[in-house]
Amino acid sequence: MSDANVYAVKTLTSKEYFAPGHRACSGCGQAVAVRMVQKALGRNIVMASATGCMEVVSSPFPQSSWEVPWIHVAFENAAAVASGIEAGLKAQRRKGKIDGRKITVVAMAGDGGTADIGLQALSGALERGHDFLYVCYDNEAYMNTGVQRSSATPFGAVTTTSPAGRVNSGQLTWKKNMMRITAAHDIPYAATASPSHPLDLVEKVKKGMETEGPAYLHVLSPCPPGWGIAAEDSIQLARLAVETGIFPLYEIDKGKHRITMNLEKLVPVKQYLKKQGRFRRLSPEMMEEIQERVCKEWQELREKAEQIDPSAGADEALSKEQEGETEAAKIFRVKAGAPV
Amino acid sequence: MFVKIISRPGTTREHETGSWRMGLKPQFLREKCIDCSLCALLCPEGVLKGSGKNTYQTDYRYCKGCGICAEECPEKDIIMVKEEDEA
Repeated sequence: MSDANVYAVKTLTSKEYFAPGHRACSGCGQAVAVRMVQKALGRNIVMASATGCMEVVSSPFPQSSWEVPWIHVAFENAAAVASGIEAGLKAQRRKGKIDGRKITVVAMAGDGGTADIGLQALSGALERGHDFLYVCYDNEAYMNTGVQRSSATPFGAVTTTSPAGRVNSGQLTWKKNMMRITAAHDIPYAATASPSHPLDLVEKVKKGMETEGPAYLHVLSPCPPGWGIAAEDSIQLARLAVETGIFPLYEIDKGKHRITMNLEKLVPVKQYLKKQGRFRRLSPEMMEEIQERVCKEWQELREKAEQIDPSAGADEALSKEQEGETEAAKIFRVKAGAPV
Repeated sequence: MFVKIISRPGTTREHETGSWRMGLKPQFLREKCIDCSLCALLCPEGVLKGSGKNTYQTDYRYCKGCGICAEECPEKDIIMVKEEDEA
């Protein structure tokens, strides 16, 4: 098969920087995302990781899954530690203790470590303009302690601290929009990515690495036990989240919005919601409410993207549809999330 | 007192997670494989490897049997079988 996108997947290194034997649950979407991000980052990196699922599963003492320099720090200060590493590397380079090779500083945290607990450290680091990449793996609750709600939990989702009962059927508030918060700091690069669209994710990680100054990447990571889904469905759910418009893939490059996965038509959110155990108690009215909100936000996003770049219209995507490719190649291209 | 808190890289390999499988394991039919390597890319363990058509295989010492490879294979060339049915 001579599809260029297949080739693009193969250019990814086969080297693993995230060793097997980690204790992630079967079918963990976050482990898939971490592996892909590590492949894109390569080995010239230093990572600071906040407490969270990935810290717990990858570093059961005295073992470690990481094959890159990796530091575990407290829940709230992944961004602060990454700032310190970046400043330290700068100082060592100035004193001639290390050569001038580029070393990417990466901070990783879950949605709790980003949207709730680590928000002020992240805000500070973004404001000071350190040259680092912050990756948030968003599994939409505090999964490693047993599914407690976080501010990134979507409306209507059942967690142990937002249970469904006679009066309420899950989380009462809407998901915190981290992209808008980070973009409000006027950082050079912010993007959303999903492991169901690996090419798109890798491209964004590379862009974030090359950016001078802070870059923010928000990666959706489906969690089979927390979301109440089957282990094999986790990537499919991530794809549905993109296709329904619940988690649109876009980037904000120096203030310009660009939708990287353009959707002709949104899939009804019902298809995404009914597959998950955490949304089982949603009433039809609530589902309607979610659909309305998703459509409104998608419309807003499109307006923002079109305002800057009128060529990012829907017609162009259609004309680029490659002709003569086999059905499997097409499925693959869609699955791998090749940019339209 | 100093306590050694640095772990050697990649040492979780000592812990084989294959026993986590709940009765199902992936089987590679090797009939319609198009060498897209999507299964290798989407394996949460990163133990699914191959180069070229019909060469993909997983390491059953680590495979947790999640079934993502079988679900995502565009040609449905990977199926989940019961452990004891393995040829």
